[in-house]
Amino acid sequence: MSTSTTTAGTDGRPAAAGSRRRSRRGAAEARAGVLLALPFVLLFAVFTAWPVLQSMFMSFTDMRISDIRTPFAVDFVGLENYRTAFADPVFRRAALNTGVFVLLGVPLTITAGLAAALALNTGVGRLRAVYRVGFYSPVITSIVAVAVVWRFLLQPGTGLVNTVLGWVGIDGPHWLGDQRTALLSLVVMAVWRNFGTSMIIFLAGLQAVDPGLHEAAALDGAGRWRRFVSITLPSIRPTMLFVLVTTSIGYLQFFEEPFVMTNGGPLNATVSASMYTYNQFGFGNYGVAGAMAYLTFLVIGLVTLVQFRLMREK
Amino acid sequence: MLERRNPILTNIVLLGFLLLVITPFLWMVLGSLKTQGELLRVPPTWLPEEPTLGNFRRLFDRPFAKFFSNSAIVAIVVTAGNLLLSSMFGYALAHLRFPFKKLLFVLVLGCLMIPGLVTFIPQYVLVVNLGLADTLPALILPFLVQPFSVFLMRQFFLGLPRELLEAGRIDGVGEIAIFFRIYLPLAGPAFATLGILTFLGSWNNFLWPLVVSSSESTYTLPVALALISTGQNQTDYGLLLAGATLIVLPILVVFLFFQRYFIQGIAATGIK
Repeated sequence: MSTSTTTAGTDGRPAAAGSRRRSRRGAAEARAGVLLALPFVLLFAVFTAWPVLQSMFMSFTDMRISDIRTPFAVDFVGLENYRTAFADPVFRRAALNTGVFVLLGVPLTITAGLAAALALNTGVGRLRAVYRVGFYSPVITSIVAVAVVWRFLLQPGTGLVNTVLGWVGIDGPHWLGDQRTALLSLVVMAVWRNFGTSMIIFLAGLQAVDPGLHEAAALDGAGRWRRFVSITLPSIRPTMLFVLVTTSIGYLQFFEEPFVMTNGGPLNATVSASMYTYNQFGFGNYGVAGAMAYLTFLVIGLVTLVQFRLMREK
Repeated sequence: MLERRNPILTNIVLLGFLLLVITPFLWMVLGSLKTQGELLRVPPTWLPEEPTLGNFRRLFDRPFAKFFSNSAIVAIVVTAGNLLLSSMFGYALAHLRFPFKKLLFVLVLGCLMIPGLVTFIPQYVLVVNLGLADTLPALILPFLVQPFSVFLMRQFFLGLPRELLEAGRIDGVGEIAIFFRIYLPLAGPAFATLGILTFLGSWNNFLWPLVVSSSESTYTLPVALALISTGQNQTDYGLLLAGATLIVLPILVVFLFFQRYFIQGIAATGIK
């Protein structure tokens, strides 16, 4: 991510003022800074920073739901919870499902978002705003409402999708009930739900592409595809990195879709790492759930690091 | 760009794509106006034959007005709190020197990457121990402070000229008054973006309220709809589609009004 602004120097103030006056002003400035920061920082310490630390602590203990009132009267078990997680075949299946979801979903989401942004950028006239709002509308929709509608659309017998497929002679499967199509259905739904976000960000990023370069290349006989690869893509590299990283982070935490659509089924075909972590919390296994959450965090950190390395400006 | 593609052709392709994308919404709104008998018909009908508000009437036989107001109260307070707290902190980070500034900034931003599930259980334990379980404050407090909001406001204030601050000091305006009287009134565009994002996030928030709320007095719309759709009414499609419409439509209308600011804001706050 690059920012269009630069940090304003805090040392740029006139040096002519007397040092006493300056230090008095400095003290007033520091006091104001602390006062303005304090409300956020206090709430943040209580509701975010502290839970992050406690979660780490929890993942090394045998904490269960019965310890909820006395979260510190628990025993240390070292890496036992992490061993439990790795040894659990359902967790491994969940990790695999999450991997498949990320590997399919991230490229599809980015491609759809970029394609939509490019199309809107070629001068589509007055309908531009309509497309923009239309393509973004799934993003702002409650997942619960999405689930209600999509479950209805994907129904095996009376659903709209299979009805339409029937018109062209295809006998549509039981999308969410079949192990072979359930995860795929969720990938498609997630792409539908998320490509609008990447579209908006690509639209902003495409402003950085110099039209002069395109004109020059076109005069030299470069085709549309050639110009896209050699001019547009390199120009939007920072945007691409941002979209790649944020989409991946989101998809690695893949949770809501299986939670509301399939509850992880059929036969764990759609259970995700985050969803299984949540289930452990539901079973009262707080220590194991903490370990699983930290494993996901670790993977997110690693993937982000790798993406930054690969996409670094050469 | 140069030799323009035929805009009519592009528009036809885009319109087809648009139809595909918004079909679920059309289906939802049209379906909410159909009778149960018509909803189950094979092949499905497209437009409702006898449009009826019966589904919505049955929805409001339940305390859906209460769920709606719960959702609205939580979303409004979370949004207002986010705007105020993160603009204060964001301004301080952008323009003032104070102790531990760098450290605080790094700590808060570091939390951007932490998955929600990491803090989920300790937050739940905390809320239970504070005696806040099944109250509206439990749905509000954890969401008042979000690292992303601070980042966005800091970027925005960095883009405003520092001369305003210097001029205020010369005129003898107090340090805190400089923020509230000079910088804050200029934050409209950033507030539009952050306000929409926060409001949407809160309105659609699902997992946390599902776990924390346990009685109808604190249910929000998504929780109530989720419980109906998995309970004994799960085949009452008309009721479910009406509930889904009730969640989505207000948000869609608000978004239509503010989308211009929203998209400008995203471009202007450095996400590019």
